[in-house]
Amino acid sequence: MSNIKHHLTAPLLMGYSAGTLPEAFNLVVATHVSMCDDCRAAVAEYDALGGEVMLDTQPITMDAASLAATFALIDKGAPAPTAKPRARGVFPTPLQDYVSGDLSDVKWRKVGGGVSQMVLKTDGDATVRLLKIPAGTAIPDHGHRGTELTLVLQGAFVDETDRFARGDVEVANEDLNHTPTAEEGLDCICLAATDSPLRFNGIIPRLAQRFVGI
Amino acid sequence: MSSTQTTKRLAWIDQLSAVRDHQDRAAFAELFEYFAPRIKSFLMKSGTLPDMAEECAQEVMVTVWNKAHLFDPAKASVSTWIFTIARNRRIDMIRKNRRPEPEDLPWGPEETPSQADTLALQEETEMLGRALADLPEKQRQLIERAYFGELTHSEIAAETGLPLGTIKSRIRLALDRLRHAMN
Repeated sequence: MSNIKHHLTAPLLMGYSAGTLPEAFNLVVATHVSMCDDCRAAVAEYDALGGEVMLDTQPITMDAASLAATFALIDKGAPAPTAKPRARGVFPTPLQDYVSGDLSDVKWRKVGGGVSQMVLKTDGDATVRLLKIPAGTAIPDHGHRGTELTLVLQGAFVDETDRFARGDVEVANEDLNHTPTAEEGLDCICLAATDSPLRFNGIIPRLAQRFVGI
Repeated sequence: MSSTQTTKRLAWIDQLSAVRDHQDRAAFAELFEYFAPRIKSFLMKSGTLPDMAEECAQEVMVTVWNKAHLFDPAKASVSTWIFTIARNRRIDMIRKNRRPEPEDLPWGPEETPSQADTLALQEETEMLGRALADLPEKQRQLIERAYFGELTHSEIAAETGLPLGTIKSRIRLALDRLRHAMN
């Protein structure tokens, strides 16, 4: 999809390749890369670099019986894995794995202001959720303590920085205060991951935040 | 053929194909001899204890055997592919969670990767390896530590006394140098 304008940053792509990101961020990266050939190529480059880093390490001798033990494990047999078929639907495969289905299978919960969400189960400190913002609706003005990744899956939103449509990802940090507003037309569906709670700039959203857990 | 190193990479592909097509144990043993000690080293640098690293390196090589039919030499060098298996094994081990993977690209009618693509990719990966080795020591170490995952950027910052921004910009600089070397 060459019409993607907003991509992942180099530290995120490198962290995904190195395997040092929290699971919630890995999910956003894998979902974006499924839709974005540029970032897929970048991940392949970082993987290649990782391979060379591995080759460059000082080899550490394996135990004497190691190869025999490995053949014994092989002989125990494991089902040969097959490549996963490409998902059909709104959500790319990695996201479908977490939702256990496509957009129509999402179990939405209302969180106020017309917005609905589904929190996806991941390990670690970072969290990831699907958000449904009705067309024309705004998410209250907020800032970020850590890093927030917002990937658009359907529809589009506009904020102070630009317009974000399907496949685009916005990487927000402490410096960004914004009021994302869903465009008219389709409801805007996003996958959003954050490594710390958002900071709403108004008293009522702050109260809501306590219940919503964003 | 541009170098003996590229020849070595092409030999790995032949060995892996022999494993895939004929369950060739001698070919596997050669891959094992080269890669297992490096996988073990990589895992130990990532903070894995020696016994566990030994066991994991064996498991990674078992996966190499089982997944040999999924390897595509036009998309990756064998070293790249084995690194991704080792990295995923490390994530399983540390976090007890699976790593979400991008979906596969849809394949066109031609299934067999072209020889030219395969060779070009092996040469590029070899160049990348050389460019990494040629980096100034401090930059190379920062790149390596980012992959070992031993420390986060902020922990490296605390340890070296360098501000976080400096660490990030040094890594960026190192990556720029690598890109420049590749052009």
